Amino acid sequence: MSELWKAGLAQLALHVESGDASCHDVVSETLARIEKYDGRIGAFVRLRGEAALAEARAADEARARKRARSRLHGLPIAVKDIFASREFETTCGSKILAGFRAPYDATVLVRLREAGLIVVGSTNMDEFAMGSSTENSAFQKTRNPWDESRIPGGSSGGSAAAVAARMVPAALGTDTGGSIRQPAALCGVVGIKPTYGRVSRYGLVAFASSLDQIGPLTRSCSDAALLLGVLAGHDPRDATSYPAPAPNFLASLTGDVSGLRIGVPRGFFAGPGLDPEVQRCTAEALTRLQSLGAKTVDVELPNSAHGIATYYLICTAEASSNLSRYDGVKYGFRARDADTLDEMYENTRSQGFGAEVKRRILLGTYVLSAGYYDAYYRKAQQIRTLIRGDFERAFEACDVIATPTTPGPAWKLGQLVDDPLQMYLADVYTVTANLAGLPGLSLPCGFTGAGLPVGLQLLGRPLDEATVLRAGDAFQRHTDFHERVPPGVTR
Amino acid sequence: MHITRETVLYIAKLARLRLGDTEVERMQRDLDAILGHVDSLAAVDTRDVAPTTHVLDIATPLRRDEVAGVLPVAEVVRNAPDHTDDAMVVPKVLE
Repeated sequence: MSELWKAGLAQLALHVESGDASCHDVVSETLARIEKYDGRIGAFVRLRGEAALAEARAADEARARKRARSRLHGLPIAVKDIFASREFETTCGSKILAGFRAPYDATVLVRLREAGLIVVGSTNMDEFAMGSSTENSAFQKTRNPWDESRIPGGSSGGSAAAVAARMVPAALGTDTGGSIRQPAALCGVVGIKPTYGRVSRYGLVAFASSLDQIGPLTRSCSDAALLLGVLAGHDPRDATSYPAPAPNFLASLTGDVSGLRIGVPRGFFAGPGLDPEVQRCTAEALTRLQSLGAKTVDVELPNSAHGIATYYLICTAEASSNLSRYDGVKYGFRARDADTLDEMYENTRSQGFGAEVKRRILLGTYVLSAGYYDAYYRKAQQIRTLIRGDFERAFEACDVIATPTTPGPAWKLGQLVDDPLQMYLADVYTVTANLAGLPGLSLPCGFTGAGLPVGLQLLGRPLDEATVLRAGDAFQRHTDFHERVPPGVTR
Repeated sequence: MHITRETVLYIAKLARLRLGDTEVERMQRDLDAILGHVDSLAAVDTRDVAPTTHVLDIATPLRRDEVAGVLPVAEVVRNAPDHTDDAMVVPKVLE
């Protein structure tokens, strides 16, 4: 009982099924951990303490009557502050959405509820998911549980920190250019960005609609497979949702990687931007996978060198369009000091958005403006085609592609806030999966000498989350990096 | 220099953003650095390359034009900073 906080989703399900803990015990333990540690970590922006406990009691009653909605009924989860909910506010880390309570529920929240999962709170994030450190939140800083002077990554930094500090067994995040995988890597947890279209985005606050995907952050690949099974599948309310049922991801976790072909783009494992300790840990992870029977093959992804430039043109263009809806009319914040409608728009947006959001809106407006569209936006979409072609060719020779998730470990709070371009370059290994729509998994594969986690990224063919999860799960059956607990949160 | 002070002010106006003097300077500097990085794309040969419109090979889905799941107006306008029972209120548009 006292060790409940160490358990992941599947383990908690076993505890609850066997009767040695109730859902109320599990949710109480979760809330107690949040109470104890979140003053330091700052992962949560909103909690549902009493409501969550009431749902846990109801879950225990349902289970007693053999009416469990799923294995996960009554277990706690945290969600990024970015999903429309009738139950609680959705603010997307921004002042401009202050007080917003949606009149409908996002599909992922409906699916969590149908499985009986209990949302205990919403997690901190970079404003409108724009950032790689969670420092662009309008509300608070989030600290990395492995070293509280460092950033947790972003934009799903609150979700990653909450899972890493064992406050919750799992959380939802979103990933437009690495925002699930990068914080997962920097916080030592598992995160998967599914194939574009695999999870419905109905009710997700839009950042860059051709890139955004929702996915789970968990402690293990098997928990990620379990939770992705809850989230995935076609939704007629999202026209970009893939029109086919999702496979049983959990059933694909055989532990067997013999004969699996792992593509290694050598350029991703070298170069002046790559931290030597990240290089060492990820190279050792490949050796480990080879010892389990996988084969490595060299692959070339030449156009990935253009990934960051391409990504920042496309995502800012789409963001400038998506964020035009925040005008002080329909919801959220309105500036009070305006006489005319135009003044009201300008004052609301100028006072309501933070610096990074303004920067991206301006860049996106510029690249879409008359005379620049062909040189920037259209050019970027053409290079995107080349990047996708690279992956198609590479996947003729391999089943998954391995890279470091990030070029370095977590950096110090404040270190990059004045250098947006350097911050963007932290996403160098993750953005191409979004540009190509591929599934991407990050899992812990080692630690630096200073005790900071390092992540290995595994990319798969479109719709082939199953193979990357199988490879990640096989690795975790033979390693314990994902079971290590940050030293400051061990009781 | 890719971007002048005047350009920053022009795109800010298009984006309905009002920037203070220090903000204009900062944005000019940041956008200039980012556009400098993006310049490398100009050298990539993209003749005869079709721009990506969707990452997966699927057709645009169509559905019947049927009304479904309509929200009550009162619930929708409830979030507006200024509203009546059935409308959102904005500053006067016409004199």
